[in-house]
Amino acid sequence: MADVGAPAPPGSGPATRLLDGRPGVDLSAVGRRAARIGGPALAVTYLSLLVLLPLAALLSNALSGGPAAFWRAVTQPEAVAALELTLVASLIVALVNSVAGLAIAWVLVRDQFRGKALVSALIDLPFALPTVVAGLTLLALYGPDSPFGVNLAGTRLGIGCALAFVTLPFCVRSVQPVLAELDRETEEAAASLGAKNTQVVRRIVLPSIAPAVLAGAGLAFARAVGEFGSVVLISGNLPFKTEVASSWIFSLSQSGDLSAASAVSVVLVLISLSVLLAIGWMRRRFDAPETV
Amino acid sequence: MTGRWRWPLRIGALGYLAVLVALPVGTVFYRAFDHGLAAAWDAITTTDALHALWLTVLVACIAVPLDTIFGVGVSLILARHRFPGAWLLDAFVDIPLALSPVVIGLSLILVYGKTGWFGNWLAARGITVIFSVPGIVMASAAVALPYVVREVLPVLQELGTEQEQAARTLGAGPWAVFRRITLPNIRRGLAYGITLTTARVLGEFGAVAIVSGAIAGKTETLTLYISDSIENLDPAGAYTGAVVLALFALAVLTVLTVTDRRRESWHGRAAK
Repeated sequence: MADVGAPAPPGSGPATRLLDGRPGVDLSAVGRRAARIGGPALAVTYLSLLVLLPLAALLSNALSGGPAAFWRAVTQPEAVAALELTLVASLIVALVNSVAGLAIAWVLVRDQFRGKALVSALIDLPFALPTVVAGLTLLALYGPDSPFGVNLAGTRLGIGCALAFVTLPFCVRSVQPVLAELDRETEEAAASLGAKNTQVVRRIVLPSIAPAVLAGAGLAFARAVGEFGSVVLISGNLPFKTEVASSWIFSLSQSGDLSAASAVSVVLVLISLSVLLAIGWMRRRFDAPETV
Repeated sequence: MTGRWRWPLRIGALGYLAVLVALPVGTVFYRAFDHGLAAAWDAITTTDALHALWLTVLVACIAVPLDTIFGVGVSLILARHRFPGAWLLDAFVDIPLALSPVVIGLSLILVYGKTGWFGNWLAARGITVIFSVPGIVMASAAVALPYVVREVLPVLQELGTEQEQAARTLGAGPWAVFRRITLPNIRRGLAYGITLTTARVLGEFGAVAIVSGAIAGKTETLTLYISDSIENLDPAGAYTGAVVLALFALAVLTVLTVTDRRRESWHGRAAK
């Protein structure tokens, strides 16, 4: 603990101790010491019970049958199909939403129109809306009873829509603040020197917001890879066609095959963790603000 | 970028948002009240629906305070003390954000389920966690774990310790310092974090679906009730349930917009 070095953190002693710098004979110090160790211990216990132990169990279950069993669980045809669909769909959605998110962020920052505050609030709606409700809303509009006659239920496009819905805020909110703080003078200078609009965007705007766009895409991808609630209603979970990795894990665990479910989960966890670590590295590298 | 590109951009961006978000959400409201208010009321007051609603509120009443206490505690520890392994604690808190809810649920089963690590120990004491309310609470608390820390920690770090130390030299005890100095300062961040936590807990589906077994009238939360209603071809129940949750989400958005913490934290963090 950090008793060495000044200033002493609060909780390390009473006022008299702060002044003379040495611990006196103080009975209540015992209680405080207990509280100081007790607090972190409680926090770590809570974290362990809810997250760390379960994750350790996941890893141990995935590897309980040895590496061969792990490999079999991960490479069985339905698992491969589910993982492939999840990764490809997430990648496409991340790309599409990066473009759309950039456009929306641009409109929010640079454009002026009535009801902008409402649009801004609307972007956060997918954050606030429960995933299963998100799935239901898409099903209501683009399902079997679609008022437009567009039925995406049981299609991969439907999965794409669900993933796009839940990941849109990441793509908008990571770009928006960077765009807002962008120095307009550089753009104006370039324009006054004869640069065309497209040149200004390509040479000045895009390079400075590229890390933020990439970070947004990465967050969207990491979220999409594990998404379940919004996808499950519209996808219909058709094996080899619209079954995403999290649905596959779900059905494996329902049928009691916990070690196979764990193995696929570990793959999923590794993918999203490595994406998030890459984003963290990139943010430090480019000094991009942490926004979402 | 005025002129030629303004309208195409505006229409493209807002159109995408409308087709993807606004229209679908509007449709759910329309569908829920399609057959009148009375029908919607009947759909949400069935025994199963009411039980689901009650269970959802109960779970939130347990999980949100737990996560809040943990969140404030960990933020204080990380912001005010230096100790080996602090960065590890900081990183571990974020883990649930990186995991699929289904994976979180599954890993809880592996520890607390019948065949799990603690399965025998719990069974010997007659405690059922999985397929029961405690499991639902744990799953909800686990997925929503990081939000309070993520909102409160940056505020505490920016705040510094000067005010707290001043209060301490004037003789205030730790609890008085927390209540009179720290708490008022982190108030908005904390409100923001609690709102996000509540939204996540009330709306959690994947993690809860896997640990609860979704037994109607017993371990079915509102989100599970919605998906169950769709599977049982009872769209009226699903739409009304969805509207209840959507209304809550709108309330959350209002709180977030009013407290407007997001903007503040953007500028705060960007400046660092």
